[in-house]
Amino acid sequence: MTIRTTLSAGLAAMSLTATLGASTALADPVTVGLITTLSGGGAGLGVDIRDGFQLALSMSGSDAIHLVVEDDAQRPEQAVQIADRMIQSERAQILTGIVWSNLAMAVVPSATAQDVIYVSPNAGPSQLAGAGCTPNYFNAAYQNDTMHEASGAYANVLGYENTFIMAPNYPAGIDALTGFKRYFEGSLAGELFTQLGQTDFAAEIAQIRASGADSIFIFEPGGMGISFMRQYAQSGIDLPIISAAFSFSQDVLPAVGDSALGVINTAEWSPDMDNAANQAFVAGFQEAYGRLPSVYAAQAFDSANLILSALAAADINDLPAFRTAMRAADFDSVRGAFRFGNNQHPIQNYYAREVVSVDGVLTNRMVGTAFEDHQDVYATDCAME
Amino acid sequence: MTAALFLEQVLNGLQLGLMLFLMSAGLTLVFGVMGLINLAHGSLYMIGAFFCAAAAAASGNFWLGLIAGTAAAAAAGALIEVTVLRRLYDRDHLDQVLATFALILVLSELTKIGFGPFPLFLDVPPILSGTVNLGIAHYPLYRLALIGFGLAVALGLWLLIARTRLGIRIRAGENDREMIAALGVNIRALYTLVFALGAGLAGLAGALVGAVQSVQVGMGEPVLILAFVVIVIGGIGSIKGAMVGALMVGVIDTMGRFLLPRLFGHFMEQSQAAGIGAALASMLIYVLMAAVLVIRPKGLFPAHA
Amino acid sequence: MPEKSREYAVNAVLALGLLLVPLWALWAGEPFTITLATRIAILALAGVGLNIALGLGGMVSFGHAAYFGIGAYVAGILAQHAFLNTPVLGLPGSNQMLTIWPVAMLISGVMATAIGALSLRTSGIFFIMITLAFAQMVFYFAISWPAYGGEDGLPIYVRNQFPGLNTMRPWDLFLVAFGVLMVGLAFSALLRGSRFGAALMAIRQNPERAAAVGINPYGVQLTAFAISGMITGLAGALMADLTRFTSPSMMAWPMSGELIVIIILGGTGRLFGPVAGAAILVGFEVTFGGMTEHWKLWLGLVLLGAVLFARGGLIGLIAGKERHG
Repeated sequence: MTIRTTLSAGLAAMSLTATLGASTALADPVTVGLITTLSGGGAGLGVDIRDGFQLALSMSGSDAIHLVVEDDAQRPEQAVQIADRMIQSERAQILTGIVWSNLAMAVVPSATAQDVIYVSPNAGPSQLAGAGCTPNYFNAAYQNDTMHEASGAYANVLGYENTFIMAPNYPAGIDALTGFKRYFEGSLAGELFTQLGQTDFAAEIAQIRASGADSIFIFEPGGMGISFMRQYAQSGIDLPIISAAFSFSQDVLPAVGDSALGVINTAEWSPDMDNAANQAFVAGFQEAYGRLPSVYAAQAFDSANLILSALAAADINDLPAFRTAMRAADFDSVRGAFRFGNNQHPIQNYYAREVVSVDGVLTNRMVGTAFEDHQDVYATDCAME
Repeated sequence: MTAALFLEQVLNGLQLGLMLFLMSAGLTLVFGVMGLINLAHGSLYMIGAFFCAAAAAASGNFWLGLIAGTAAAAAAGALIEVTVLRRLYDRDHLDQVLATFALILVLSELTKIGFGPFPLFLDVPPILSGTVNLGIAHYPLYRLALIGFGLAVALGLWLLIARTRLGIRIRAGENDREMIAALGVNIRALYTLVFALGAGLAGLAGALVGAVQSVQVGMGEPVLILAFVVIVIGGIGSIKGAMVGALMVGVIDTMGRFLLPRLFGHFMEQSQAAGIGAALASMLIYVLMAAVLVIRPKGLFPAHA
Repeated sequence: MPEKSREYAVNAVLALGLLLVPLWALWAGEPFTITLATRIAILALAGVGLNIALGLGGMVSFGHAAYFGIGAYVAGILAQHAFLNTPVLGLPGSNQMLTIWPVAMLISGVMATAIGALSLRTSGIFFIMITLAFAQMVFYFAISWPAYGGEDGLPIYVRNQFPGLNTMRPWDLFLVAFGVLMVGLAFSALLRGSRFGAALMAIRQNPERAAAVGINPYGVQLTAFAISGMITGLAGALMADLTRFTSPSMMAWPMSGELIVIIILGGTGRLFGPVAGAAILVGFEVTFGGMTEHWKLWLGLVLLGAVLFARGGLIGLIAGKERHG
């Protein structure tokens, strides 16, 4: 018995009640529930996702979507409760917005089993990309490993041969190091796990200094990355750093400061990408919110446009047709080329970006390509075609 | 493992311990004098860091920021003492726990409203930037300065309590509240002052540490819990205990993170050792706390009260 | 005793209300209201557990999230092993609530005994800080232990089963939670009236005098603390089934704070206090959470108001000052 069949059998009773009121008239806007983190230390990411999503709606001028936003406080139980309410009492037919993998894992399996479409604007846990893939789940961002795989691949391009790697001791951190090692061809000068939420990295920096490494790969999202970079800048060590975009995205760059200058980080998007959709997005975001967009805002912007394109092509009450329209991904992505693989995760390019200062504002500039048309490794475990 | 690396880790442990001392000293003082448990102490640490970052950014001067951060935390402390906490001295600890828990929610949300949801930038002052050569190892100057700061504040606090009139009153307050009121001391003003002093110490720690850490909402609570461990080990109400406990926690935590993964590296594959070592290192100080509890239930330096 | 009878009336209204509102929701086709009522019942049960330590015994534990989380993990881990058909420590997993509950209570009870044995060597403010620190240790362990998901948590794909009911249906699960809550409340009432309860309250008021009349304060308090942890652990197991998910954040310190909030909002030491408190907290979260992203600010202000001006909690406001009834 696979996970998916058991799920749908078990949840049949719930979905029955949930879909009772779902068959709304055609012209009515479709309710989209956006659950994201708007309070606490991780609020910056959620705010960017919300703003990016809303910007896409207002720029499109479409009234096909009725958007409901709520704060999950970065707690899985809270996210589950909000999802239940949006589905059961506000009749949301599409959910999106979650920043963190662990919250996505709490919400997505049961929401999709209730015939709700979930579009991920950020997290991409491996469980949902491989054997646990499901027709109602679309990832419009990236699968978690791929960002770090891109770092590993680009470290080869840069000629790094002896790299020190470090990440927090939790599943996403372990995945990050695994992803990096999957493509990196050099040797490891050391491998360290830090504590989640750790703020003092003196002990780790001392070991980096003593390791004889020629470069460092880190995955330290949020405040951890800010703390690490500040302390690293004071350490007098001058090794190049490579990383996935998370610690060097627009939401944290101002707080990291000039010590981030020159850091190479990998992502599927960069603010200076040369396509019309992206230029309109970056200009529109700056005008609406007075700051540069982060990669999270870009992904949310794409998520909204993806949903709008599918709503224009098919009726959501005809789920198979709507899913086909979603899979077509017929919209102008700010990343340029964008298409879905069999597991409904992106097949896309990954770029190397360098942190630069433009008119005194820190931002990222594209310097190279790490992967072209890259797909995650879990897609082969997914039974969908 | 070289001697230089070992020495560097010991210094790191001392530095972490001295910052924890600044946090714990305020907490333990407030408990010793007023008998109040303040969960919102971590929020004052956060306020110190945010105001320091904002003032340093506005003025371009770290030292002005440091003063602003300390002053803002002390002022916030005095404000919540006068408006809320003053009414809770005679209540049981349960009411104090709930009220200060509520204060965490309020202060975190107000900070987010005031400073925005994104982390703030705060840089080390240029004069303390870079590293110094200690003979066998290069060590960040700012961290060395933090050790100096911590020792200076500890000395100042000791002088204040041992040598000044305010100190006499504080010590008297710890021993017998009715007595000093009878002696004509304005007990309300004394309490506000002590609370503001504790808050200022927390704010100072937040501002100092903010230059090498992320200045963000929620930064105070992990430190608060470490400070609790420090106080339990050192003994509640004892400044000396806070110092010893803070140094023990700082050094043992740092050395655990450093040595445990290496230890396991002798028995198993590297990435597995790193994982298990890190997991055990995160529990080490709690094991220390449990051990102290078994031997000395009232901490290493129990206050007389 | 007019206050006493007024409190009985409040209790009856709370119990009936908790049953009738979801019944109405079932009729009106509002499944989410049933889910909310289930959540209230489960949080209230966790509060009933904590109330034995805190209200009856005067032991202010700021670490009960640990037992709540341990109970949830027992449900999650046993369900996963039953699902994958693999043994755990040589024994088979289980997807039967009637098997999971005793195991959840046993393991949270053992943990509460261990932590309690150390923490009860102290009292007062020490006790608060130590229970918080130990709970945080359990939390860090759960995050960094990869076998059961670490920080990602552990999904429960299909809710565990209860004989004769389909727990995937909101109403059926509500009945289970409501039933367990009522049993928990009855047990709590019995405990209060028993000699053990009398000894516990005597120790709270004056440990020296209690010891003088032959009560062993340490033993009685430790037993009460273990029972308290067991009931909170049972609530955790139920919560895992409600959310179909277990995560370390269920044992993080804000959860411990929430459990205390539930007790105080309802009325410390009152039998039905946790029910009233859970209803207020969940109602507040749902109402304000949808209205403003600053809902935590308002929650904080309401809590401050409650501590400063409504000392007896909701039941105290309605039924008068008499405490620990």
